Parts: sequence; C-alpha cells; structure tokens
Amino acid sequence: MDKILFVAQTECDGSLSKASLEALTAAKTLAEQLGAPLAVGLVGEAVQAAADSLAGCGAEAVYGVSGPDFAQPRYATDAAALAALFGATGAGIVIGAATPRMSRVLPGAAARVGGVSDTSVTALAASGGKPVVTRWYYRQRMYAELTRKERPWFVSVSSGCFAAYAGAAGSASVTAVSAEIPGGVRTQVTGMICPSAEEQTIRPDAALLFVAGAGWTKKQADGAAHAGEAEEIILSFLNKTQGSLGTSKSLVDLSGEGQQVLSFLSHMHQVGQTGSTPRHPKGLATCCHGEEPHVVGWRFIGERRAVNLDPNCGWAQGKADVLYVADAFEVMRKVLALLP
Amino acid sequence: MSAGYHIVVCGGIVPDPLQTLEPVQGPAGWGLKNELMLPAILDPWAGHALFEAANLAKNVPGSKVWLVSMGPKAKLQQVMMTIAQKVPFELVVLDGPASGFADAHETGAALAEAIAAIPGLDTSRLLVFGGWQSASRGAGATMQVIGEKLGIFEQFQGVDKLEILADGALRVLERVEGGSYQDSVVSGAPAVFGWATGELPEPPNNPQVGMQNMRLVMPALQKAKPVKLEKGPEYSGVQIPSQKRETRVVKDAPVDQIAKEIVDWLSA
Ligand SMILES: Cc1cc2nc3c(=O)[nH]c(=O)nc-3n(C[C@H](O)[C@H](O)[C@H](O)COP(=O)(O)OP(=O)(O)OC[C@H]3O[C@@H](n4cnc5c(N)ncnc54)[C@H](O)[C@@H]3O)c2cc1C
Repeated sequence: MDKILFVAQTECDGSLSKASLEALTAAKTLAEQLGAPLAVGLVGEAVQAAADSLAGCGAEAVYGVSGPDFAQPRYATDAAALAALFGATGAGIVIGAATPRMSRVLPGAAARVGGVSDTSVTALAASGGKPVVTRWYYRQRMYAELTRKERPWFVSVSSGCFAAYAGAAGSASVTAVSAEIPGGVRTQVTGMICPSAEEQTIRPDAALLFVAGAGWTKKQADGAAHAGEAEEIILSFLNKTQGSLGTSKSLVDLSGEGQQVLSFLSHMHQVGQTGSTPRHPKGLATCCHGEEPHVVGWRFIGERRAVNLDPNCGWAQGKADVLYVADAFEVMRKVLALLP
Repeated sequence: MSAGYHIVVCGGIVPDPLQTLEPVQGPAGWGLKNELMLPAILDPWAGHALFEAANLAKNVPGSKVWLVSMGPKAKLQQVMMTIAQKVPFELVVLDGPASGFADAHETGAALAEAIAAIPGLDTSRLLVFGGWQSASRGAGATMQVIGEKLGIFEQFQGVDKLEILADGALRVLERVEGGSYQDSVVSGAPAVFGWATGELPEPPNNPQVGMQNMRLVMPALQKAKPVKLEKGPEYSGVQIPSQKRETRVVKDAPVDQIAKEIVDWLSA
C-alpha cells in the first residue's frame, strides 16, 4: 500500500500558503480514497506553527526539516530536505503544491531518490484503486489522464484546483529529520525584487484578467499612435477593478525594438504559449488579436470577452463568449466613466 | 574565470505553435497526428537559453557553447538549418523522441549521459542551460533531472537574468509569484539554469556563423546516438478540451451600450 506524503515549505511568517493548503486537500482526499496512510513533511526555518495548523488533518505523523539553512527558497537545501523527508517516511506518493519554490525542486528531488514526477496536475483522484492524475500537454492544448507504476511518484498540484484545507488547529508533534546537503550551500538568496504597490499589476488572485494587446500602441484612425493615453486608460481601469494585467508577445517584444510601448509591461505580463497561463474567473481582451499562441494562455480563464476593431479576429472564432467590434479607446474611456 | 565557461544548452524541438495539434494513439503510444509532417521549431524557452549562452560566451573569453538536442534526426536537421544561422555552437544529437508524451525523467537521464560524454568538457566550469519548461511536456522537470544526474545541486528556474560578478560569483534573477523576482548569488560553476525569456532579442541570421556551424552539424547528425525511452506513464486517455465557444459578435452597437454591458458583466 502506498503511503502518501504531503510536503510543503513554510512562508516567511511560518504559515503555509493557500496553494499548499490546496495540495493538502488533494493529498488527504487521495489518501482517503485509497485507504492509504497520510504523513506530513514540512520544510522551513521553523515548522511547528505550520504543523500545529494542520493538527486536525488526519496525518499519522508529521516530519520536519528545519533550521536557518532551510529558510531560503533555493534548490540545494530544498532538494535535500525533500529527499530526507521521503527517506524518513518511505512514502510511495509525495504530493506538494506547484508553487515557484516547490516547482524549482520537486522533480529534482524525485530524481535524487530514484523516483519519477508529474507536475502542475489539475486533478488527482483514485480510479479503480489506482491514483490517477490529469495534466496538460503542449501548453494547455490537450490533457491526459495517467497513472504510474513506478514509485516513488512525486506530484505537484496546480493552484485553484482544490479547496484549501481548513481543519482545526491543535498541537502537533513533529519528528525532526536532518537533511544532508551534498556539496554544501553555495547559493544565497539576497532578496526579492517586487513591484511597488502602485506598479503591482500582476495579481494572481484577481477576479479579472485584463489583456492589453499590441493594438493599444498602433496607429489609430487619426493616423497617430496614442500610447500615453493608452497607459492612462489601462492603469485607471486596473486601479478601479483591481484586475490583473496581461499582454501579448507582440507588445512585449516591441519594447525590445525601441517602439512606442507601455512602460509598465514586462515579459512577465505575457500570456500564452511562451508566457503565463493565469487562472481568473473572467478575462477581458482589448486590442489583442486572439491568435492561438496567445489564447492557449487563456485555458484557465472562465468567462471571456474581447474588444477589437476586427470582426474576423481570433476571438470571433469561438475563443471568446462575446466579441465587441469597437474601438477599445472609446469603449474603455466610457467604461471608466461608468465604473465607481 | 580566466578559462571561460563550458555552457551546455539543452534544447528540444516542438511543433510550430501556429499549427493545430491533435493527439493520436499509435503502436508506440500517444503522439500527435501527422507528427513528422508538422513544421518544428527550437523550443522557444530553450531558444532564449541558447541566445543567452552565446552572449555569455562572447563576453567571457575562452568559453564554448554546445547545443544538446534529442529528437528525430530528420526533424532536427530541418530546425538546425534555421538555428545554426543565429549563434555559434557545437551540436550534440540524440536520435530519439521529441514528443511531449515522452517521460521527463528518462529524457533527462539520456541528456545527462550525452553531456557527460562530451569530449573535453570541464565540469568545474560547466553551466547547463535550457528552457524552464518545454512547450511540449511543460513539466519543468528535465533540467532538474539533468542536474541531479550530473551531480549539480545549484539550480535555478524561470531565469530572466544572469550576471557575472567581479569575484566570479553569478547573480541570478528567477521569476516567482506576482511579477516578482528572487535575487540570488551562487559562488560559481557548476550550476543549472532553466531560462524563461531572458533579456535578449532573437539574433539576426548570420551566414558566416551558419557556415561554420553547419560544418559540425552534419557530422553530429550522422553520429547521433539512437535513444529508446521505454518507461513512462500509463495514459488512460489524451483529449482536446471541448473549448469552442459560441461567440456572440456585437457589431455596430453604440459605445455607450457596449460599455454598460461590460460594466454590468464585470460586477455580476
Ligand atoms: C513561437 C511563438 C510563440 C508565441 N508565444 C506567444 C505568447 O506566449 N503570447 C502571445 O500573446 N503571443 C505569442 N505568439 C505570437 C502570436 O502568434 C501573435 O503574434 C500575438 O499574440 C499578437 O499579439 P496582438 O494580438 O497583441 O497583436 P496584433 O496581432 O498586432 O493585433 C493587434 C490587434 O489590435 C486590434 N486593434 C488595434 N487598434 C484597436 C482599437 N483602437 N480598438 C480595438 N482593437 C484594436 C487590431 O484589430 C488587432 O486585432 C507566439 C508566436 C510564436 C511564433
């Protein structure tokens, strides 16, 4: 029988992220469905507070790798910690959240202990007595349901696919596990570079994705480009709606070519094939053509609307629920006037 | 670092993203319909890694770039015709699957073996580059596996910037949540870097570089080692999501009405 090990790294304040609590639900549910024992493995500077917050999750044991070395999100220490937690539990299936910190290390840790991995799975459940995961291929163009015979099997769970675990806290007893760091620690995390609150336009938890495409910087009916006005409209809209800003490859690439561009856009805003695949209940695309390499990044956007001058743009071809054939400058100015 | 870096870039090939992709099950497992007919490109994030590698090699005298690629030989040859025009590298070929359905751990193990066998490679100066995720499997696993198999435990993913500091240490910016970067310093090689977009535009074609590369590309293709991947997941099915929406196209409507509809929808 597979033992299931849920693994997570603690946040700076010692708590667990929402994504980790979602992965715990996935692990716990799978353990229940398979009738398998569940263990918890935590990594961080200190793990007791996180362990206590999970006291009611039904785990038969909680293991922890802790100490100052394990505070920083970096490969050498995080991989060593996961390998050690696996070693302490002998789990068949190891489940964590697909956070950047866990994603940096989970497949590598699996390889270290002779295992295999599947990452960013969007579903995980027992079927016919076997664990089955769903994951996407070719940048969200198709999905597969699969299982594996090989063990250990390390799995990371995409955020937004399970409800966050919300059981009662208590006091947990944590078995300390020590982790050997082969090669020692050669990397120091020196800081985070975060956009300031006003510049923060990527908001993963926002209700709305607002995509600004290259059309915003192109020559308009009057023969001139109006990037300055476009910036104002877009930022005011994001301020009022607290939406998350996305863009197209064309627009971020323009900045490399010295064209008039929108100053607040970076490659990290790019949605699509070579960009991100954010998750939001709604999405509004403006001045974006809706070509396939862009729209694959909309896989996890619920309701979709677009404003474009071209009635034959990609959005018209079954990619949006509603396409407004109109000038986005005019429409968005009016939208701003109507928004509280 | 007077002797320069040995930079190995791992880059597979993927179908051109403008193509329609459809899964099919064949005798050898899951693949894409007409897979061998689909035009292929170098995996985009791996392409960024290659351009960054070439730029780093140009700036640090004594450095050298290899491109290690696994894929069907004939397809690789096609892609090399374009890529070889861009930047100087020496090609190492593994004649094996480029499919998204091939297992990342097996692929990583095969690539690591090929890297370890590169004649004259100095692992103390080794930087292993690649894309942080492929456009096929998208697992973000292969580079980590390669690092583990080669015993390289300094690894970075979602890299947009790599800077050589005065003391030879490397400063790395990795993408993390919400548009932020994690800023780290690693004492030096060896290390693994899974690149995101990086900072460089695609270099223009350079016929001279092309001629120089092609002299090595053809022999590399000829001596490509066949690789067979045997293990991997058991797929119970692969499907295209039913994604087509009934698009309502609103044309010739007054701007006021459109704006009102959008505002109502946003607040619903
Ligand atoms: C390997 C590869 C990877 C790629 N990856 C990505 C990716 O990750 N993400 C991505 O986005 N693209 C990607 N692309 C590029 C993609 O194919 C498109 O070229 C790109 O998405 C187009 O961006 P756009 O729609 O903003 O610009 P354009 O195609 O220039 O479209 C601009 C649109 O704005 C409209 N417009 C102009 N003015 C107005 C106005 N006043 N009001 C309303 N509408 C207006 C026009 O009608 C037009 O539809 C990739 C391509 C390749 C080959």
